[in-house]
Amino acid sequence: MADLDIQIQEARAALDAHVAEIVQWHFSPETGCPFWLDWARDADWDPAAEVKCLDDLLAKFPHFQDEWLRDQQPEVWVPAKFKGKPFNIFETGGTTGMPKQRIGWEDYKIDYSEFSDTLDDAAFPRDHYWLMVGPTGPRRLRLSIEHLANVRGCSCYFVDLDPRWVKRLIKEKQFDQAKAYMEHVVDQATTIMKNRSVSALFTTPKLLESIAERYESEGSSLYDAGIRGVFCGGTTMDPQYTRFLCEELLENKIGFVPTYGNTLMGLAKHKPLTPEDKYSITYYAPQPRALMRVLNPDTNAPVEYGEWGRVELTTLTKEFFMPRFFERDEAIRREPIELYPWDGVAEVRPFGALTKKIVEGVY
Amino acid sequence: MINIPVIRWGEPYESLDTEEVIHHRTGEVLAKVGQANPGLLARDMRQAARAREVLREIPIKDLVEMMKKAGDLYLNATLPLGDGVQTPDDFARQQSASTGLPEHMCKFNMEKNHFVLNHMDQILDSLTRGLDISILERGFGVEDRGVPISYQAQSPVLGMVLPSNSPGVHTLWMPVIPMQIGLILKPGPQEPWTPYRMFAAFTEAGVPKEAIGIYPGGGEMGAETVSRCGRVMIFGSTQTVKNYSGNEQVQVHGPGYSKILLGDDVVDQWEDYLDLMADSIYKNSGRGCINCSGVWASRHTEEIAEALAERLGPFEVKDPTDPEAGLAAFTVPGQAEAVWGMIEDGCEETGTTHVTAKHGARLEQMERCDYIRTTILHCDSPDLKMANTEYMFPFTSVVKCPQEKMIEKIGGTLVASAITNDETWAAQLTDATNIDRLNIGAMPTIALNWLQPHEGSIVDFLFRTRAYQTPDERLKELCAQ
Repeated sequence: MADLDIQIQEARAALDAHVAEIVQWHFSPETGCPFWLDWARDADWDPAAEVKCLDDLLAKFPHFQDEWLRDQQPEVWVPAKFKGKPFNIFETGGTTGMPKQRIGWEDYKIDYSEFSDTLDDAAFPRDHYWLMVGPTGPRRLRLSIEHLANVRGCSCYFVDLDPRWVKRLIKEKQFDQAKAYMEHVVDQATTIMKNRSVSALFTTPKLLESIAERYESEGSSLYDAGIRGVFCGGTTMDPQYTRFLCEELLENKIGFVPTYGNTLMGLAKHKPLTPEDKYSITYYAPQPRALMRVLNPDTNAPVEYGEWGRVELTTLTKEFFMPRFFERDEAIRREPIELYPWDGVAEVRPFGALTKKIVEGVY
Repeated sequence: MINIPVIRWGEPYESLDTEEVIHHRTGEVLAKVGQANPGLLARDMRQAARAREVLREIPIKDLVEMMKKAGDLYLNATLPLGDGVQTPDDFARQQSASTGLPEHMCKFNMEKNHFVLNHMDQILDSLTRGLDISILERGFGVEDRGVPISYQAQSPVLGMVLPSNSPGVHTLWMPVIPMQIGLILKPGPQEPWTPYRMFAAFTEAGVPKEAIGIYPGGGEMGAETVSRCGRVMIFGSTQTVKNYSGNEQVQVHGPGYSKILLGDDVVDQWEDYLDLMADSIYKNSGRGCINCSGVWASRHTEEIAEALAERLGPFEVKDPTDPEAGLAAFTVPGQAEAVWGMIEDGCEETGTTHVTAKHGARLEQMERCDYIRTTILHCDSPDLKMANTEYMFPFTSVVKCPQEKMIEKIGGTLVASAITNDETWAAQLTDATNIDRLNIGAMPTIALNWLQPHEGSIVDFLFRTRAYQTPDERLKELCAQ
């Protein structure tokens, strides 16, 4: 058996064991949270006894409903073992109406500490300064980026961007206002960059473009401004766009780390780009703590490798259990690799992007 | 199948994102066109000044000669296209295959473009109203009547957000290069052919390639072109026209709503003008903004509608390679069905009659494209919904309206052919600001004089005339050079 096949089998075995452990945790009265214990009672089956591996979970649990994160008070998600410990409340969505809320304690730190191990010290020097230009506020990302910087001995500056406001402006066709807000954000970011020493930048692709354009219009560049690594996520990055970012804005001199993640799942890692990839980015979930599958939305079956399907997320930590959540994204299913011997998702874009207009704004 | 790259100031750029251009009947992939992301244009626009600089190194009279040569090359030569080559026949076949326009009409459009390029000196002379062309080159000079004048370019490049459905619009941007202004072309998704063939012909004729960029892409690319270019020409709906109203950077070419107006003094002889009306409606597939979409008269309108229906209604859908083909295909899925749905809805209104119904079904649906055969409606009032509409196929409403109310009721009209000998009415029509091109007399709406401006002069759009004062000695010395 080839090495990769063995790695795949080992990863799968670890995942199966982790699934059994996490389900046991969330559905046992001494450790689980009120929401899942009540849910199991209503469903009239015992996940703790019946889920022994991933296949059991996939066969027995329905899709996680995001309304549960809107409608329920946060305390219903507190596992018994965490009772009495104050928690962080992180939000996602919420352009209109109630946002989805996920509570947490240490998960984001674990995710981002692990992620730090994948970063190259040349692009993301230790003991230096980072700048995050993006959604802070109630988002997990703000604390996560600061933690990531801290883990590497760095401190982080922040410039906030409110994606809910941008999406609303775009939806209402107030393009001038959206542009003015973007300029306002870029003004703040470049002010920090010009007055402080910053080597690593976390931002969204569109803000990266605008910040780079600001420097270039002044005869400078991101590299000249001292940036050595860019950590980027939030919106679609198709191969042409990724190539544009790498070749033209980062001049193939600045390290580029694309990310895919969200408040509910955590942070996926990307396969380091090689010429054969032709700038097609593949992400791998932080398995076994989370799992991503690419499904045919009509049959719920995994699509073949190389085919497009809808992304399904499963989060498996002691703080949060979220089985089979249908994300509003579609992606290409990719094969396992040695670095990450499980399925990957590539060229992620909003679900139905080819058939309907999606408001992504700058986020 | 040809791979067509993005062109960045003359240099090919192989995008990783491509869109297929499909044959509307066979489904054959004719080309894969590289798609530009908006950021490419944003970056390249930093070098836009260079496009004008390289053109200003060449005297306008030489650029005019290059245009003539380019016209010949465009019409007759085998020219490079992406990773292949393209003969004139290839061009007509490909353009027909992707836009749905019959091949013989594509060839006719080639002749039209060739004519414009070949008469560039006369066209520039008429567009500038006989201006000494060195004044454009230098930016200032002395008019024939001895008055100093300055023409200041308002942008180093003109952006063009081009449509897919009407190859005829390309004549509008041809005078730009000889006026030493660069070009940013965003082709329509189904009509990349003309921009790329013109680029090949221009550069082969000696125009510096650095003066031209071609950025295919979707709506985002169009929006980027509008926001980045100091002057931009776009084509769109009535709503698009409204959106950019008052924006001096943007010249919008919307629907034409072109009309034939029969004066009370001639309307009793309406049969004399039947050929003229039919040609205005049907020629060049009825797709152009200068095709007639309304015949207005105070009486005999039922008979006129019946006669037009009798003349044009029976015309059948023919293969695009058939020299007799008169109808163009709708190549965007669902579009013809939606258009026909709107017409059927409109015909529900009391007073609106579909006159071509007796000549068979109008909507013909095929596997990959659809057609709508010539449709004539009768409206017994100018206030009906269908009295003032336009679609991209031979379609006309014959509208009953008293002559004294016509000017007010026709609304915005690109071409009005008013057939009348009534000089009082002709004077009122001349003053009507809702009419752009005015023909007084028995002239079809589609009759164009290339030496006259179309929806405003492109010279006035690209240049600002302004005062320029300097000592006479300096003026004389510089103008003598």
